[in-house]
Amino acid sequence: MSELERYSYDVLVIGAGGAGLRAAVEAREAGLRVAIICKSLFGKAHTVMAEGGAAASMGNVNENDSWMVHFRDTMRGGKFLNHYRMAELHAKEAPDRIWELETWGALFDRTKEGKISQRNFGGHEYPRLAHVGDRTGLELIRTMQQKIVALQQKDGKQYKSMDSNIKVFAELTITDILKEGGKVSGAYGYWRESGSEVLFEAPTVIIATGGVGKTFKVTSNSWEGTGDGHALALKAGAKLVDMEFLQFHPTGMVWPPSVRGILVTESVRGEGGVLTNTKGERFMFKYIPEVFKDIYADNEAEADRWYEDQDNNRRPPELLPRDEVARAINSEVKAGRGSEHGGVFLDVSKRLSAEVIKKRLPSMWHQFYELAGVDITKEPMEVGPTCHYVMGGVEVDPDTAAAIGIPGLFAAGEVAGGMHGSNRLGGNSLTDLLVFGRRAGIGAAHFVKNNGANPVSERAIKAAAEKIQAPFDRTGGENSYTLHAELQEVAQNLVGIIRTANELQDAIAKIEDIRARSANVSVSGGRKFNPGFHLAFDLDNMLLVAESTAKSAIAREESRGGHTRDDFPGMNSKWRQINHISSFDGRQVNIRAQALPPLPKELFDLFDVHELEKYMTPEEITKGGSN
Amino acid sequence: MARKLNLRIWRGDSTDGGLQNVQVEANEGEVVLDVIHRVQATQMGDLAVRWNCKAGKCGSCSMEINGKPRLACMIQVASFGDNETITVTPLRAFPIIKDLVTDVSFNYKKAMEIPAYAHPDGLAPGDARMEQVDVERSQEFRKCIECFLCQDVCHVVRDHEENKKSFAGPRFFIRIAELDMHPLDMLKNRKKTAQEEHGLGMCNITKCCTEVCPEHIRITDNAIIPMKERVVDIKYDPLRWLGSKIGKREGIV
Repeated sequence: MSELERYSYDVLVIGAGGAGLRAAVEAREAGLRVAIICKSLFGKAHTVMAEGGAAASMGNVNENDSWMVHFRDTMRGGKFLNHYRMAELHAKEAPDRIWELETWGALFDRTKEGKISQRNFGGHEYPRLAHVGDRTGLELIRTMQQKIVALQQKDGKQYKSMDSNIKVFAELTITDILKEGGKVSGAYGYWRESGSEVLFEAPTVIIATGGVGKTFKVTSNSWEGTGDGHALALKAGAKLVDMEFLQFHPTGMVWPPSVRGILVTESVRGEGGVLTNTKGERFMFKYIPEVFKDIYADNEAEADRWYEDQDNNRRPPELLPRDEVARAINSEVKAGRGSEHGGVFLDVSKRLSAEVIKKRLPSMWHQFYELAGVDITKEPMEVGPTCHYVMGGVEVDPDTAAAIGIPGLFAAGEVAGGMHGSNRLGGNSLTDLLVFGRRAGIGAAHFVKNNGANPVSERAIKAAAEKIQAPFDRTGGENSYTLHAELQEVAQNLVGIIRTANELQDAIAKIEDIRARSANVSVSGGRKFNPGFHLAFDLDNMLLVAESTAKSAIAREESRGGHTRDDFPGMNSKWRQINHISSFDGRQVNIRAQALPPLPKELFDLFDVHELEKYMTPEEITKGGSN
Repeated sequence: MARKLNLRIWRGDSTDGGLQNVQVEANEGEVVLDVIHRVQATQMGDLAVRWNCKAGKCGSCSMEINGKPRLACMIQVASFGDNETITVTPLRAFPIIKDLVTDVSFNYKKAMEIPAYAHPDGLAPGDARMEQVDVERSQEFRKCIECFLCQDVCHVVRDHEENKKSFAGPRFFIRIAELDMHPLDMLKNRKKTAQEEHGLGMCNITKCCTEVCPEHIRITDNAIIPMKERVVDIKYDPLRWLGSKIGKREGIV
């Protein structure tokens, strides 16, 4: 066997989406040598799919906006299960992170005064989302990709080699995070192109691998969303928090079948799109929950006036947080008022001219015209819920993004948990990855300064290498595509948008069965760019994630945000005080309850106490904050 | 509604390969990438194909469909005749890795050669003011999803490997144009370096790149031609020429 390819860096960033790239920029600017791993080509990460915008209280469109208002909206959206400190840091730092992108060349849409324009979105009290038409994620990725190139050009002038200190390893999959003496020592993986193995020695690893959507059959996520980082962290001994919370975006395409799940941006509703059922009824007025009655209009006239005058009217209920809208659509379809293909109608053609639609929602127009034969400037879209985002993720220290319990391990972006509580607001993801990507870079830099190298042992290398070879040595086992399809059915039907104890129990048993069979997966063909081989590893990750989600979901006996239990339909203040922590013992995922850190007084006081009464126990209200 | 579809897929690697016929089911509304995935899941587990978003937003599934550079996720199976065989082959301008996957590293090397955006000194974050109409010029080029179909179709490199060294290709001409038209960018002489270092002059504006662009970016009309015109203007304007010689004015800005 040829000699193992080895690299040594200060920081290894796994994932080249927004969070990974922002972390890499920060770590390099702090003087560290950085490797960036991407599973696909550089610049293709799922961040490009983010459409609507990045939420930051710059106050460019409505000057009443501030970090406090953004913080309140984020906590409400998450039904107060958010880690308060993450929501606070996010709301405070988001504007700086957006403005900073502009100094790197980003070109956001503008207001009349020439400032960055901001648009309305579900759950945000003021127009808050910086955007570029409906391709904001692409702008973020490209800006940071080009910033990395700028850093490489700077290094090239100083050190003669452009990638001496920051290098992108494209189309490489990490299969293990390695530890020595309880601390991170590096990671092991394979080149997708050749199948040959690679060792990275690094005292810090930043996980920024995004989400888990590919566990489900109907999802807006690309093939990369296989929960790699969640599983790598679990296997390395880190903990996941609140994995029961998955966001089903209310509006995915439903027809034709091949595009089912592809995202229809919330900006369609932000720009005035309305939801109707087959009876032509604008049904969202029926689904405004008690906690939101004060801020959402209960009649069409007021909702329509809001688009012109936001100070004197309540918001249209189409702009409720995503969990509410997704459940409402689900109920309409179940009640037999859905469209032919099992969705509802979303129409923007009645409010905006064709020209404005094509300008503000260009990729939506394109997507429907080319893939579904629908002209959204003239007719409604058919839409329904699609698995979009996981709120749960690696348990981290909010300030440094350090994974709890594993020195040298960090996590940022979708793979980290806590920030969004039980439900994420649209637009908060793009600023989440900027704020915490940067913090992870700083956290890693501090760690490297205080800790030396941590060499990887031969024993660890041998174990990691054996794992990669195993599926080639087996014969007659099942094919990874079949098992993946089976897992997706189970997750979709039994751990989906509406859950019950019986179904979850069934899911847990089925996931265990698929996991047992997956241990025998065999792979046809060689190592060279072999998707069947790649999927075998992705599948293993998805199985761990699905187990963690199903077990957390059966434990939480209430409905909140992205977790709806048919057998426990209400929200319960006692459950709000509890996080579910997943850990892995090498055999199975175990769940335990842990107390949610309570709101400190200064943040508690940002809310009207009557609002908090809807979420908190009387004892919490009496106490009035934790300090 | 499912029907049998005849597909011809190029399989092989840099050493050897050829077209293989397969029959696969196709359902209503499916795109070429869907049927390739079905072949992969049921008949050829190790068939190599790149893809990510399957929604025309990431530019990964670039390949040639019946000889034309296309995104496989955006081409409906129904756009071909009922009995037509669909032939899928890898991008021709780049070295083959395996099956439908090519080595596109050429493009990432070129990206590293384009000087980065230069922000004005002293313009603090948040202080920038730009008109929408001014940012739109560059925004058109920033829609690029880097599918590299324009690079693939461009005959300057498609049939002339030797040109790759001195020619950045349409994707990077729009990158230079984007920076050149960026309201804040401070770096001068972008057009000059486009001409002298990145091979702008080798383009003879046949507009093939514009035709294949899935984002409908008007690469030739809005980026390449305006840059070429400015280069020519400045190069052959005797006053500008004289100015540059006596050091009063820069040549091409």
